[in-house]
Amino acid sequence: MAIVKVLGLETEYGIIIRGAAEPNPIAASSTLINAYVAELSRRVRWDFEDESPGNDARGFARDGAMPPEVETHLVNAVLTNGARYYVDHAHPEYSTPECADVYDAVLYDKAGELILARSVEVASRLLPPGQSLVVLKNNSDGKGNSYGTHENYLMDRSVPFARIVQHVMPHFVSRQIFTGAGKVGSEAASTGGIDVRFQLTQRADFFEEEVGLETTLKRPIVNTRDEPHCDAGKYRRLHVIVGDANLSEVATFLKVGTTALVLAMIEDDWFTRAGDRYFTLQSPVAAMRRVSYDTGLSTPIVLADGRRMTALELQWEHLDLARKYAEDRGLDAVGGPETGREILRRWEQVLGALESDPLELATTLDWVAKYRMLEGYRDRHGLDWGDPKLAALDLQYHDVRPSRSLYARSGMERLFTDEQVARAVTEPPETTRAYFRGKCLQRWAASIAAANWDSVVFDLGRDPLRRVPMMEPLRGTKAHVDALLESVSTPAELLERLGS
Amino acid sequence: MAEREQIKKTSTKTDEEVVDDLPEKSKKGEELKAELDDLLDEIDEVLEENAEDFVRSYVQKGGQ
Repeated sequence: MAIVKVLGLETEYGIIIRGAAEPNPIAASSTLINAYVAELSRRVRWDFEDESPGNDARGFARDGAMPPEVETHLVNAVLTNGARYYVDHAHPEYSTPECADVYDAVLYDKAGELILARSVEVASRLLPPGQSLVVLKNNSDGKGNSYGTHENYLMDRSVPFARIVQHVMPHFVSRQIFTGAGKVGSEAASTGGIDVRFQLTQRADFFEEEVGLETTLKRPIVNTRDEPHCDAGKYRRLHVIVGDANLSEVATFLKVGTTALVLAMIEDDWFTRAGDRYFTLQSPVAAMRRVSYDTGLSTPIVLADGRRMTALELQWEHLDLARKYAEDRGLDAVGGPETGREILRRWEQVLGALESDPLELATTLDWVAKYRMLEGYRDRHGLDWGDPKLAALDLQYHDVRPSRSLYARSGMERLFTDEQVARAVTEPPETTRAYFRGKCLQRWAASIAAANWDSVVFDLGRDPLRRVPMMEPLRGTKAHVDALLESVSTPAELLERLGS
Repeated sequence: MAEREQIKKTSTKTDEEVVDDLPEKSKKGEELKAELDDLLDEIDEVLEENAEDFVRSYVQKGGQ
Protein backbone atom coordinates (compact mmCIF):
# COMPACT_ATOMS: atom_id res chain seq x y z
CA MET A 1 0.00 0.00 0.00
CA ALA A 2 1.38 3.39 -0.97
CA ILE A 3 2.44 5.57 1.96
CA VAL A 4 1.23 9.14 2.45
CA LYS A 5 3.18 11.40 0.12
CA VAL A 6 4.59 13.89 2.60
CA LEU A 7 5.97 16.62 0.38
CA GLY A 8 7.74 19.93 0.19
CA LEU A 9 9.10 22.47 -2.30
CA GLU A 10 12.46 24.27 -2.28
CA THR A 11 13.05 27.33 -4.41
CA GLU A 12 16.29 29.14 -5.18
CA TYR A 13 15.33 32.69 -6.12
CA GLY A 14 17.25 34.82 -8.58
CA ILE A 15 18.69 38.03 -7.10
CA ILE A 16 20.48 41.20 -8.23
CA ILE A 17 21.15 44.61 -6.80
CA ARG A 18 20.55 47.07 -9.58
CA GLY A 19 22.88 50.05 -9.54
CA ALA A 20 25.64 48.28 -7.59
CA ALA A 21 29.13 48.67 -9.06
CA GLU A 22 30.24 45.14 -8.24
CA PRO A 23 27.38 42.71 -7.87
CA ASN A 24 27.88 40.21 -5.08
CA PRO A 25 24.95 37.78 -5.07
CA ILE A 26 26.04 36.02 -1.87
CA ALA A 27 26.22 39.31 0.02
CA ALA A 28 22.93 40.40 -1.53
CA SER A 29 21.26 37.15 -0.48
CA SER A 30 22.63 37.45 3.05
CA THR A 31 21.50 41.06 3.31
CA LEU A 32 18.05 40.05 2.13
CA ILE A 33 17.57 37.22 4.60
CA ASN A 34 19.30 39.00 7.48
CA ALA A 35 17.00 41.96 7.05
CA TYR A 36 14.00 39.66 7.24
CA VAL A 37 15.13 37.65 10.24
CA ALA A 38 16.21 40.81 12.04
CA GLU A 39 12.50 41.60 12.05
CA LEU A 40 11.81 38.34 13.83
CA SER A 41 12.46 37.85 17.52
CA ARG A 42 15.48 35.58 17.41
CA ARG A 43 17.22 33.70 14.68
CA VAL A 44 17.40 29.95 15.10
CA ARG A 45 20.42 28.25 13.65
CA TRP A 46 19.91 25.26 11.40
CA ASP A 47 21.46 22.03 12.67
CA PHE A 48 23.40 20.10 10.06
CA GLU A 49 24.22 17.06 12.18
CA ASP A 50 22.20 14.60 10.13
CA GLU A 51 22.78 16.05 6.70
CA SER A 52 24.65 13.93 4.20
CA PRO A 53 23.88 15.19 0.70
CA GLY A 54 26.55 12.90 -0.79
CA ASN A 55 24.54 9.80 -0.01
CA ASP A 56 23.23 8.24 -3.17
CA ALA A 57 19.95 6.39 -3.64
CA ARG A 58 21.73 3.79 -5.71
CA GLY A 59 23.48 2.68 -2.54
CA PHE A 60 26.81 4.50 -2.28
CA ALA A 61 28.22 7.74 -0.95
CA ARG A 62 30.12 9.85 -3.46
CA ASP A 63 33.75 10.57 -2.68
CA GLY A 64 34.52 14.18 -2.07
CA ALA A 65 30.94 15.36 -1.65
CA MET A 66 31.18 18.52 0.40
CA PRO A 67 29.36 18.55 3.72
CA PRO A 68 27.28 21.69 4.11
CA GLU A 69 29.29 22.94 7.12
CA VAL A 70 31.21 25.14 4.71
CA GLU A 71 28.11 27.25 4.38
CA THR A 72 27.11 27.51 8.02
CA HIS A 73 28.57 30.98 8.30
CA LEU A 74 25.90 32.10 5.91
CA VAL A 75 22.44 33.04 7.01
CA ASN A 76 20.31 30.09 7.81
CA ALA A 77 16.99 30.49 9.59
CA VAL A 78 14.13 28.28 10.62
CA LEU A 79 10.78 30.03 10.57
CA THR A 80 7.75 29.59 12.79
CA ASN A 81 5.78 28.15 9.88
CA GLY A 82 8.27 25.28 9.92
CA ALA A 83 10.10 26.43 6.78
CA ARG A 84 13.81 27.00 6.26
CA TYR A 85 15.14 30.24 4.74
CA TYR A 86 18.83 30.44 3.85
CA VAL A 87 21.57 31.27 1.36
CA ASP A 88 22.49 28.50 -1.02
CA HIS A 89 24.74 28.69 -4.09
CA ALA A 90 24.58 32.49 -4.20
CA HIS A 91 20.79 32.49 -4.08
CA PRO A 92 18.24 33.04 -1.34
CA GLU A 93 16.45 29.74 -0.89
CA TYR A 94 13.16 28.97 0.80
CA SER A 95 12.13 25.41 1.69
CA THR A 96 8.51 24.87 2.62
CA PRO A 97 7.74 22.87 5.73
CA GLU A 98 6.74 19.24 5.24
CA CYS A 99 3.14 19.00 4.03
CA ALA A 100 0.85 15.97 4.01
CA ASP A 101 -1.62 17.50 1.58
CA VAL A 102 -1.05 18.92 -1.89
CA TYR A 103 -3.05 22.06 -1.06
CA ASP A 104 -0.73 22.75 1.88
CA ALA A 105 2.31 22.43 -0.39
CA VAL A 106 0.86 25.12 -2.68
CA LEU A 107 -0.04 27.35 0.27
CA TYR A 108 3.41 27.20 1.85
CA ASP A 109 5.09 27.74 -1.50
CA LYS A 110 3.03 30.93 -1.90
CA ALA A 111 3.90 31.92 1.68
CA GLY A 112 7.53 31.72 0.53
CA GLU A 113 6.86 34.31 -2.18
CA LEU A 114 5.37 36.64 0.40
CA ILE A 115 8.36 36.13 2.71
CA LEU A 116 10.71 37.04 -0.14
CA ALA A 117 8.60 40.08 -1.06
CA ARG A 118 8.68 41.28 2.56
CA SER A 119 12.42 40.62 2.68
CA VAL A 120 12.96 42.80 -0.38
CA GLU A 121 10.95 45.54 1.25
CA VAL A 122 12.91 45.58 4.53
CA ALA A 123 16.31 44.98 2.90
CA SER A 124 15.77 47.80 0.40
CA ARG A 125 15.78 50.30 3.28
CA LEU A 126 19.40 49.31 3.95
CA LEU A 127 20.62 50.01 0.42
CA PRO A 128 22.39 53.20 -0.59
CA PRO A 129 20.42 55.60 -2.79
CA GLY A 130 20.39 54.59 -6.43
CA GLN A 131 20.39 50.88 -5.69
CA SER A 132 17.45 48.54 -5.75
CA LEU A 133 16.98 44.89 -4.99
CA VAL A 134 15.34 42.61 -7.56
CA VAL A 135 14.31 39.07 -6.61
CA LEU A 136 12.77 36.74 -9.15
CA LYS A 137 11.03 33.40 -8.66
CA ASN A 138 12.27 31.82 -11.86
CA ASN A 139 14.98 29.34 -12.85
CA SER A 140 17.21 31.00 -15.42
CA ASP A 141 18.95 34.28 -16.16
CA GLY A 142 18.53 33.77 -19.89
CA LYS A 143 22.31 33.51 -20.30
CA GLY A 144 22.84 29.84 -19.57
CA ASN A 145 22.78 29.98 -15.77
CA SER A 146 20.05 28.02 -14.03
CA TYR A 147 18.97 27.61 -10.41
CA GLY A 148 16.45 25.16 -9.12
CA THR A 149 12.99 24.60 -7.80
CA HIS A 150 12.96 21.18 -6.21
CA GLU A 151 10.12 18.96 -5.13
CA ASN A 152 10.44 16.34 -2.41
CA TYR A 153 8.22 13.31 -1.94
CA LEU A 154 8.32 10.74 0.85
CA MET A 155 8.49 7.21 -0.48
CA ASP A 156 8.60 3.69 0.89
CA ARG A 157 12.23 2.57 1.11
CA SER A 158 11.30 -0.94 -0.02
CA VAL A 159 10.31 0.23 -3.52
CA PRO A 160 13.14 -0.61 -5.93
CA PHE A 161 14.75 2.62 -7.14
CA ALA A 162 14.93 1.27 -10.70
CA ARG A 163 11.13 1.03 -10.74
CA ILE A 164 10.83 4.66 -9.68
CA VAL A 165 13.23 5.73 -12.44
CA GLN A 166 11.44 3.72 -15.09
CA HIS A 167 7.96 5.05 -14.43
CA VAL A 168 8.55 8.56 -13.22
CA MET A 169 10.72 9.54 -16.21
CA PRO A 170 7.90 9.64 -18.82
CA HIS A 171 5.79 11.69 -16.41
CA PHE A 172 8.61 14.18 -15.80
CA VAL A 173 9.05 14.65 -19.54
CA SER A 174 5.36 14.94 -20.43
CA ARG A 175 4.08 16.93 -17.42
CA GLN A 176 6.03 19.93 -18.76
CA ILE A 177 2.95 20.86 -20.82
CA PHE A 178 1.30 22.15 -17.64
CA THR A 179 4.24 22.66 -15.25
CA GLY A 180 6.22 24.97 -17.54
CA ALA A 181 6.68 28.60 -16.54
CA GLY A 182 7.58 29.60 -20.11
CA LYS A 183 10.75 31.18 -21.46
CA VAL A 184 11.79 33.38 -24.36
CA GLY A 185 14.42 31.63 -26.50
CA SER A 186 16.71 28.75 -25.63
CA GLU A 187 19.95 28.41 -23.65
CA ALA A 188 20.82 24.91 -24.84
CA ALA A 189 24.11 24.38 -26.71
CA SER A 190 22.04 22.85 -29.50
CA THR A 191 18.31 22.92 -30.15
CA GLY A 192 18.51 20.26 -32.84
CA GLY A 193 17.90 22.78 -35.60
CA ILE A 194 14.68 24.13 -34.07
CA ASP A 195 14.24 27.92 -34.05
CA VAL A 196 13.11 28.37 -30.43
CA ARG A 197 11.41 31.72 -29.93
CA PHE A 198 9.43 30.68 -26.89
CA GLN A 199 9.41 27.39 -25.00
CA LEU A 200 7.17 25.86 -22.37
CA THR A 201 9.74 25.58 -19.56
CA GLN A 202 12.60 27.40 -17.88
CA ARG A 203 14.55 24.25 -17.08
CA ALA A 204 14.45 21.79 -20.01
CA ASP A 205 17.55 23.36 -21.62
CA PHE A 206 19.66 22.31 -18.64
CA PHE A 207 19.19 18.54 -18.41
CA GLU A 208 21.97 16.37 -19.78
CA GLU A 209 21.63 12.99 -18.07
CA GLU A 210 18.84 10.54 -17.33
CA VAL A 211 19.81 9.54 -13.79
CA GLY A 212 22.45 10.86 -11.38
CA LEU A 213 23.44 12.63 -8.19
CA GLU A 214 24.40 16.02 -9.61
CA THR A 215 22.23 19.11 -9.24
CA THR A 216 24.48 21.87 -10.58
CA LEU A 217 26.35 20.25 -13.47
CA LYS A 218 25.19 17.65 -15.97
CA ARG A 219 21.80 17.75 -14.31
CA PRO A 220 19.88 14.46 -14.41
CA ILE A 221 16.13 14.11 -15.03
CA VAL A 222 15.91 11.73 -12.06
CA ASN A 223 18.08 12.82 -9.16
CA THR A 224 19.46 10.11 -6.90
CA ARG A 225 20.18 12.16 -3.77
CA ASP A 226 19.33 9.93 -0.84
CA GLU A 227 18.96 12.04 2.26
CA PRO A 228 15.58 11.24 3.77
CA HIS A 229 15.71 13.54 6.85
CA CYS A 230 13.74 10.85 8.68
CA ASP A 231 13.90 7.11 9.40
CA ALA A 232 16.16 5.96 6.55
CA GLY A 233 15.29 2.32 7.16
CA LYS A 234 11.66 2.97 6.25
CA TYR A 235 11.69 5.94 3.94
CA ARG A 236 13.29 7.55 0.96
CA ARG A 237 12.85 11.20 -0.02
CA LEU A 238 12.61 11.46 -3.78
CA HIS A 239 14.34 14.71 -4.68
CA VAL A 240 12.92 16.08 -7.94
CA ILE A 241 14.93 18.72 -9.75
CA VAL A 242 13.26 18.88 -13.19
CA GLY A 243 10.46 21.28 -12.33
CA ASP A 244 10.01 25.00 -12.96
CA ALA A 245 9.25 27.61 -10.31
CA ASN A 246 5.55 28.24 -10.72
CA LEU A 247 3.72 31.41 -9.75
CA SER A 248 0.40 29.90 -10.78
CA GLU A 249 -1.23 28.16 -7.84
CA VAL A 250 -3.03 25.76 -10.17
CA ALA A 251 0.25 24.85 -11.92
CA THR A 252 1.95 24.08 -8.60
CA PHE A 253 -1.12 22.12 -7.46
CA LEU A 254 -1.01 20.01 -10.63
CA LYS A 255 2.78 19.66 -10.68
CA VAL A 256 2.86 18.30 -7.15
CA GLY A 257 -0.52 16.56 -7.22
CA THR A 258 -0.05 14.54 -10.39
CA THR A 259 3.49 13.61 -9.40
CA ALA A 260 2.42 12.47 -5.92
CA LEU A 261 -0.25 10.32 -7.57
CA VAL A 262 2.18 8.82 -10.07
CA LEU A 263 4.61 8.03 -7.24
CA ALA A 264 1.83 6.36 -5.24
CA MET A 265 1.04 4.28 -8.33
CA ILE A 266 4.70 3.32 -8.61
CA GLU A 267 4.76 2.24 -4.97
CA ASP A 268 1.78 -0.02 -5.63
CA ASP A 269 3.37 -1.25 -8.87
CA TRP A 270 0.29 -0.02 -10.69
CA PHE A 271 1.91 0.34 -14.12
CA THR A 272 2.50 -3.42 -14.08
CA ARG A 273 -0.71 -4.44 -12.34
CA ALA A 274 -2.80 -2.42 -14.79
CA GLY A 275 -1.49 -4.65 -17.58
CA ASP A 276 2.16 -3.68 -18.15
CA ARG A 277 1.33 -0.17 -19.26
CA TYR A 278 4.88 1.09 -19.70
CA PHE A 279 5.83 4.35 -21.39
CA THR A 280 9.63 4.08 -21.31
CA LEU A 281 11.06 6.70 -23.66
CA GLN A 282 13.76 6.03 -26.20
CA SER A 283 15.75 9.22 -25.43
CA PRO A 284 14.40 11.03 -22.36
CA VAL A 285 16.98 13.86 -22.41
CA ALA A 286 16.21 14.77 -26.02
CA ALA A 287 12.49 14.35 -25.30
CA MET A 288 12.65 16.87 -22.41
CA ARG A 289 13.70 19.58 -24.85
CA ARG A 290 11.51 18.41 -27.68
CA VAL A 291 8.44 18.71 -25.48
CA SER A 292 9.50 22.08 -24.10
CA TYR A 293 10.12 23.50 -27.61
CA ASP A 294 6.80 22.21 -28.93
CA THR A 295 4.40 25.07 -28.19
CA GLY A 296 1.93 23.50 -30.63
CA LEU A 297 1.85 20.40 -28.38
CA SER A 298 1.82 18.17 -31.44
CA THR A 299 5.29 16.63 -31.85
CA PRO A 300 5.38 12.93 -31.03
CA ILE A 301 8.15 11.43 -28.90
CA VAL A 302 9.48 7.97 -29.59
CA LEU A 303 8.99 5.28 -26.96
CA ALA A 304 11.44 2.44 -26.37
CA ASP A 305 8.94 -0.02 -27.88
CA GLY A 306 8.69 2.04 -31.06
CA ARG A 307 5.36 3.76 -30.37
CA ARG A 308 5.14 7.50 -30.99
CA MET A 309 3.08 9.63 -28.60
CA THR A 310 2.77 13.34 -27.92
CA ALA A 311 3.30 14.63 -24.37
CA LEU A 312 -0.43 15.30 -24.26
CA GLU A 313 -1.21 11.70 -25.20
CA LEU A 314 1.23 10.46 -22.55
CA GLN A 315 -0.50 12.62 -19.96
CA TRP A 316 -3.95 11.30 -20.95
CA GLU A 317 -2.57 7.78 -20.44
CA HIS A 318 -1.25 8.70 -17.00
CA LEU A 319 -4.58 10.28 -16.07
CA ASP A 320 -6.43 7.17 -17.19
CA LEU A 321 -4.15 4.98 -15.07
CA ALA A 322 -4.55 7.32 -12.10
CA ARG A 323 -8.35 7.23 -12.34
CA LYS A 324 -8.38 3.44 -12.27
CA TYR A 325 -5.85 3.51 -9.44
CA ALA A 326 -8.06 5.87 -7.44
CA GLU A 327 -11.06 3.56 -7.91
CA ASP A 328 -9.11 0.52 -6.85
CA ARG A 329 -6.80 1.84 -4.13
CA GLY A 330 -8.30 5.13 -3.03
CA LEU A 331 -6.59 8.49 -2.70
CA ASP A 332 -5.31 8.43 0.87
CA ALA A 333 -1.69 8.69 -0.30
CA VAL A 334 -2.28 12.17 -1.77
CA GLY A 335 -4.16 13.90 1.03
CA GLY A 336 -7.46 11.99 1.01
CA PRO A 337 -10.43 11.64 -1.36
CA GLU A 338 -11.31 15.33 -1.50
CA THR A 339 -7.86 16.55 -2.51
CA GLY A 340 -7.31 13.49 -4.68
CA ARG A 341 -10.50 13.95 -6.67
CA GLU A 342 -9.64 17.61 -7.20
CA ILE A 343 -6.26 16.61 -8.60
CA LEU A 344 -7.99 14.25 -11.07
CA ARG A 345 -10.63 16.84 -11.99
CA ARG A 346 -8.16 19.64 -12.67
CA TRP A 347 -5.79 17.29 -14.45
CA GLU A 348 -8.55 16.34 -16.89
CA GLN A 349 -9.72 19.92 -17.29
CA VAL A 350 -6.24 21.21 -18.11
CA LEU A 351 -5.44 18.39 -20.56
CA GLY A 352 -8.78 19.00 -22.27
CA ALA A 353 -8.10 22.71 -22.65
CA LEU A 354 -4.53 22.11 -23.83
CA GLU A 355 -6.00 19.88 -26.50
CA SER A 356 -8.77 22.19 -27.69
CA ASP A 357 -7.45 25.72 -27.11
CA PRO A 358 -4.46 26.34 -24.79
CA LEU A 359 -5.25 30.07 -24.63
CA GLU A 360 -8.26 29.17 -22.48
CA LEU A 361 -5.61 28.56 -19.82
CA ALA A 362 -4.22 32.13 -19.94
CA THR A 363 -5.33 32.66 -16.34
CA THR A 364 -4.53 29.11 -15.22
CA LEU A 365 -1.02 28.11 -16.33
CA ASP A 366 2.17 30.16 -16.20
CA TRP A 367 3.48 29.39 -19.66
CA VAL A 368 0.18 30.27 -21.31
CA ALA A 369 -0.19 33.49 -19.30
CA LYS A 370 3.33 34.54 -20.24
CA TYR A 371 2.88 33.56 -23.88
CA ARG A 372 -0.30 35.62 -24.18
CA MET A 373 1.44 38.65 -22.66
CA LEU A 374 4.45 38.32 -24.93
CA GLU A 375 2.34 37.91 -28.07
CA GLY A 376 0.11 40.83 -27.10
CA TYR A 377 3.07 43.06 -26.33
CA ARG A 378 4.87 42.05 -29.50
CA ASP A 379 1.80 42.82 -31.51
CA ARG A 380 1.17 46.19 -29.84
CA HIS A 381 4.73 47.47 -30.26
CA GLY A 382 5.72 45.56 -33.41
CA LEU A 383 8.66 43.81 -31.72
CA ASP A 384 10.82 40.94 -32.91
CA TRP A 385 11.20 37.93 -30.64
CA GLY A 386 14.82 38.98 -30.02
CA ASP A 387 13.84 42.37 -28.58
CA PRO A 388 15.22 42.97 -25.04
CA LYS A 389 11.81 44.30 -23.97
CA LEU A 390 10.41 40.79 -24.38
CA ALA A 391 13.30 39.31 -22.40
CA ALA A 392 12.61 41.91 -19.70
CA LEU A 393 8.92 41.05 -19.71
CA ASP A 394 9.84 37.36 -19.34
CA LEU A 395 11.99 38.13 -16.27
CA GLN A 396 9.55 40.55 -14.73
CA TYR A 397 6.70 38.03 -14.84
CA HIS A 398 8.57 36.43 -11.90
CA ASP A 399 9.37 39.56 -9.84
CA VAL A 400 8.30 39.00 -6.22
CA ARG A 401 7.55 42.70 -5.65
CA PRO A 402 3.82 43.30 -6.06
CA SER A 403 4.62 46.71 -7.54
CA ARG A 404 6.57 45.05 -10.37
CA SER A 405 5.21 41.53 -10.76
CA LEU A 406 3.57 40.89 -14.12
CA TYR A 407 2.20 37.58 -12.83
CA ALA A 408 0.25 39.57 -10.24
CA ARG A 409 -1.35 41.58 -13.06
CA SER A 410 -2.38 38.63 -15.21
CA GLY A 411 -5.64 37.81 -13.40
CA MET A 412 -4.55 34.29 -12.51
CA GLU A 413 -6.92 31.88 -10.80
CA ARG A 414 -6.24 31.52 -7.09
CA LEU A 415 -6.65 28.56 -4.75
CA PHE A 416 -6.02 30.65 -1.63
CA THR A 417 -6.85 34.12 -0.39
CA ASP A 418 -4.19 36.70 0.54
CA GLU A 419 -5.20 36.22 4.19
CA GLN A 420 -4.58 32.48 4.04
CA VAL A 421 -1.16 33.02 2.50
CA ALA A 422 -0.26 35.66 5.09
CA ARG A 423 -1.25 33.30 7.90
CA ALA A 424 0.97 30.57 6.43
CA VAL A 425 3.96 32.91 6.77
CA THR A 426 3.88 32.39 10.53
CA GLU A 427 1.65 29.36 11.21
CA PRO A 428 2.88 25.81 10.48
CA PRO A 429 0.89 23.13 8.65
CA GLU A 430 -1.10 21.04 11.12
CA THR A 431 -0.69 17.54 9.77
CA THR A 432 3.08 16.89 9.84
CA ARG A 433 5.96 17.19 12.31
CA ALA A 434 6.43 20.77 11.04
CA TYR A 435 3.63 21.62 13.47
CA PHE A 436 5.77 20.70 16.49
CA ARG A 437 8.81 22.53 15.08
CA GLY A 438 6.83 25.66 14.28
CA LYS A 439 4.92 25.79 17.54
CA CYS A 440 8.10 25.29 19.61
CA LEU A 441 9.73 28.15 17.70
CA GLN A 442 6.71 30.39 18.22
CA ARG A 443 6.79 29.87 21.97
CA TRP A 444 10.39 29.19 22.92
CA ALA A 445 12.74 30.44 20.20
CA ALA A 446 15.13 31.76 22.87
CA SER A 447 15.53 28.25 24.28
CA ILE A 448 16.06 26.54 20.94
CA ALA A 449 19.70 26.13 19.99
CA ALA A 450 19.01 24.57 16.62
CA ALA A 451 16.27 23.05 14.56
CA ASN A 452 16.47 20.58 11.75
CA TRP A 453 13.96 18.65 9.65
CA ASP A 454 14.23 15.70 12.00
CA SER A 455 15.00 17.28 15.37
CA VAL A 456 14.63 20.29 17.63
CA VAL A 457 17.55 20.99 19.97
CA PHE A 458 16.78 22.82 23.20
CA ASP A 459 19.26 24.82 25.27
CA LEU A 460 17.85 25.18 28.76
CA GLY A 461 20.84 27.13 29.98
CA ARG A 462 22.57 24.12 31.49
CA ASP A 463 24.49 21.30 29.78
CA PRO A 464 23.89 19.20 27.87
CA LEU A 465 21.73 20.43 24.99
CA ARG A 466 18.56 18.38 24.75
CA ARG A 467 17.67 16.97 21.38
CA VAL A 468 14.10 15.99 20.52
CA PRO A 469 14.26 13.62 17.56
CA MET A 470 11.46 13.69 14.96
CA MET A 471 12.21 10.74 12.73
CA GLU A 472 8.57 10.23 11.69
CA PRO A 473 7.29 13.00 9.37
CA LEU A 474 3.68 12.26 10.32
CA ARG A 475 4.25 12.46 14.09
CA GLY A 476 4.27 15.74 15.96
CA THR A 477 1.08 16.91 14.25
CA LYS A 478 -1.50 19.16 15.84
CA ALA A 479 -3.60 16.10 16.73
CA HIS A 480 -0.59 14.51 18.43
CA VAL A 481 0.96 17.38 20.35
CA ASP A 482 -1.52 20.21 20.78
CA ALA A 483 -2.87 18.95 24.10
CA LEU A 484 0.68 18.42 25.34
CA LEU A 485 1.81 21.88 24.22
CA GLU A 486 -1.26 23.45 25.83
CA SER A 487 -0.52 21.71 29.12
CA VAL A 488 3.04 22.99 29.57
CA SER A 489 4.32 26.51 30.09
CA THR A 490 8.10 26.11 29.78
CA PRO A 491 10.43 24.14 27.51
CA ALA A 492 11.80 22.34 30.57
CA GLU A 493 8.30 21.09 31.33
CA LEU A 494 7.85 20.05 27.73
CA LEU A 495 11.07 18.03 27.76
CA GLU A 496 10.15 16.44 31.05
CA ARG A 497 6.79 15.36 29.65
CA LEU A 498 8.46 14.06 26.49
CA GLY A 499 10.93 12.14 28.63
CA SER A 500 13.88 13.28 26.56
CA MET B 1 -19.47 22.96 -24.34
CA ALA B 2 -23.03 21.73 -23.76
CA GLU B 3 -24.09 25.30 -23.16
CA ARG B 4 -22.61 26.47 -26.41
CA GLU B 5 -24.41 23.75 -28.35
CA GLN B 6 -27.68 24.71 -26.74
CA ILE B 7 -27.24 28.32 -27.80
CA LYS B 8 -26.62 27.16 -31.34
CA LYS B 9 -29.76 25.01 -31.41
CA THR B 10 -32.09 27.72 -30.19
CA SER B 11 -30.50 30.34 -32.38
CA THR B 12 -31.08 28.37 -35.57
CA LYS B 13 -34.85 28.56 -35.07
CA THR B 14 -35.15 31.84 -36.90
CA ASP B 15 -32.75 33.98 -38.89
CA GLU B 16 -33.33 36.85 -36.49
CA GLU B 17 -31.94 34.85 -33.57
CA VAL B 18 -28.90 33.83 -35.55
CA VAL B 19 -28.15 37.49 -36.12
CA ASP B 20 -28.62 38.11 -32.39
CA ASP B 21 -26.08 35.43 -31.68
CA LEU B 22 -23.27 37.17 -33.54
CA PRO B 23 -22.93 40.36 -31.46
CA GLU B 24 -23.07 38.12 -28.35
CA LYS B 25 -20.02 36.18 -29.53
CA SER B 26 -18.06 39.15 -30.73
CA LYS B 27 -18.82 40.86 -27.44
CA LYS B 28 -17.02 38.07 -25.66
CA GLY B 29 -14.11 38.49 -28.03
CA GLU B 30 -14.21 42.23 -27.36
CA GLU B 31 -14.13 41.63 -23.61
CA LEU B 32 -11.12 39.38 -23.91
CA LYS B 33 -9.37 41.92 -26.08
CA ALA B 34 -10.19 44.72 -23.64
CA GLU B 35 -8.79 42.63 -20.80
CA LEU B 36 -5.59 42.03 -22.69
CA ASP B 37 -5.40 45.73 -23.61
CA ASP B 38 -5.68 46.67 -19.93
CA LEU B 39 -2.96 44.17 -19.08
CA LEU B 40 -0.70 45.54 -21.83
CA ASP B 41 -1.31 49.08 -20.57
CA GLU B 42 -0.16 47.97 -17.13
CA ILE B 43 2.89 46.27 -18.58
CA ASP B 44 3.76 49.51 -20.38
CA GLU B 45 3.55 51.26 -17.02
CA VAL B 46 5.59 48.90 -14.84
CA LEU B 47 8.07 47.29 -17.27
CA GLU B 48 11.65 48.17 -16.29
CA GLU B 49 12.40 51.50 -17.95
CA ASN B 50 15.73 50.49 -19.35
CA ALA B 51 14.81 46.99 -20.45
CA GLU B 52 18.07 46.39 -22.26
CA ASP B 53 20.17 47.31 -19.23
CA PHE B 54 17.93 45.28 -16.92
CA VAL B 55 18.26 42.17 -19.07
CA ARG B 56 22.02 42.65 -19.50
CA SER B 57 22.64 43.16 -15.79
CA TYR B 58 20.55 40.19 -14.72
CA VAL B 59 23.33 37.60 -14.50
CA GLN B 60 23.14 34.78 -11.96
CA LYS B 61 25.60 32.30 -10.62
CA GLY B 62 24.34 28.85 -11.55
CA GLY B 63 22.63 27.08 -8.70
CA GLN B 64 21.10 23.68 -8.35
